[in-house]
Amino acid sequence: MTESKEWPLWEIFIRGQHGMSHRHVGSLHAPDAERAIKNARDVYTRRNEGTSIWVVEASSITASSPSDKGPLYEPSRDKVYRHPSFYDIPDDAGNM
Amino acid sequence: MYSQMVKSTGKAVPTLAELSPEDRAFQKRIDRGEKIEPKEYMPDAYRKNLIRQIGQHAHSEIVGQLPEGNWITRAPTLERKANLLAKVQDEAGHGLYLYCAAETLGVSRDELYQMLHDGQMKYSSIFNYPTLTWADMGAVGWLVDGAAIMNQVPLQRTSYGPYARAMVRICKEESFHQRQGFHIMIAMAKNGTPEQFRMAQDALNRFWYPSLMMFGPSDKDSVHSAQSMAWKIKMNTNDELRQKFVDETAPQAEFLGLTIPDEKLKWNEATGHYDFSEPDWNEFYDVLNGNGPCNTERLDTRKKAWADGAWVREGMMAHAEKKALKAAKAG
Repeated sequence: MTESKEWPLWEIFIRGQHGMSHRHVGSLHAPDAERAIKNARDVYTRRNEGTSIWVVEASSITASSPSDKGPLYEPSRDKVYRHPSFYDIPDDAGNM
Repeated sequence: MYSQMVKSTGKAVPTLAELSPEDRAFQKRIDRGEKIEPKEYMPDAYRKNLIRQIGQHAHSEIVGQLPEGNWITRAPTLERKANLLAKVQDEAGHGLYLYCAAETLGVSRDELYQMLHDGQMKYSSIFNYPTLTWADMGAVGWLVDGAAIMNQVPLQRTSYGPYARAMVRICKEESFHQRQGFHIMIAMAKNGTPEQFRMAQDALNRFWYPSLMMFGPSDKDSVHSAQSMAWKIKMNTNDELRQKFVDETAPQAEFLGLTIPDEKLKWNEATGHYDFSEPDWNEFYDVLNGNGPCNTERLDTRKKAWADGAWVREGMMAHAEKKALKAAKAG
């Protein structure tokens, strides 16, 4: 048997019933985008989970590197004033 | 279980002080309950162990389709046929979720298949037993899927993110598998003819001990458990899960009016558990080493499906490349 080329890997994103954003559900192999959508239907929506499917070839995704965790997310950690609970409003001001 | 006898380091679990600084930080993350994600640091042994475990789990799902696929064309009613088809299709899906999780560790799908086909990687011993009558579809769903669920539910909390997420999907889908099996057993053992009752009892007789073997060897003989548990890629010991399975299954057999083929099986008031006989571990090792009733047939079927499908995989890839080329020229 000749060594055949492996089908590329696709990352699959599905939007569920309730108006939420597309969400990453997993990946699969397919020869092209069209087939990836058909395979995603069979693999990831057997129980009516989706109303829309996005497929992206895995090699096209650029991801942040785990070692960047510090520099990327540290700056927001000390900005507690971005959360509503930072601001103390007296109870008698009413519901806010 | 679906991954029995996964070899880990085979050594005692090192203490935190014995680990390198990187490995110590890694172990502390696991101890804190953090999830490890694909691109993050992990010790080589953790990666290798997970590839073996997830690969074996995936292979079990795929090979596990064969004993049931055997009965799709012979299901007694159209409804039972549709149920069984849906279950077997789920198993294909579960295999795919797990292969994808394994691939995030840097092994390719083709490599995983290759290792299954040349015997370097195993699948669960349970699928090397034949399914002789329709009652076996009941027993497989009830006992085999029941045992699998018992192992898979805690694995939803496993330390490797992609594996844990695959297990969440699988567990959500799998409870129907066990219920459809039990439903078949009810129809045959409680509501069926005397002949159907005998078939149900016979299926239980043949599948009981192989189901107990699914949890792997006794803890005292399981040399690889401690490291896997420290890494949280195994959440319970083999004996814990086996006991839990017996405790849940014995009353279900009683409900069906069937007799578990074990004279020693008895409720023990003092321990709060059932006492039961261990399976024949020599048989277990024998089946694992390729000498079960269906090992050759199962593996040959997989190899043939892979070889026979080669022209389809190649043809579809060639077509996709041609279309892409045409689109590039037109653009």
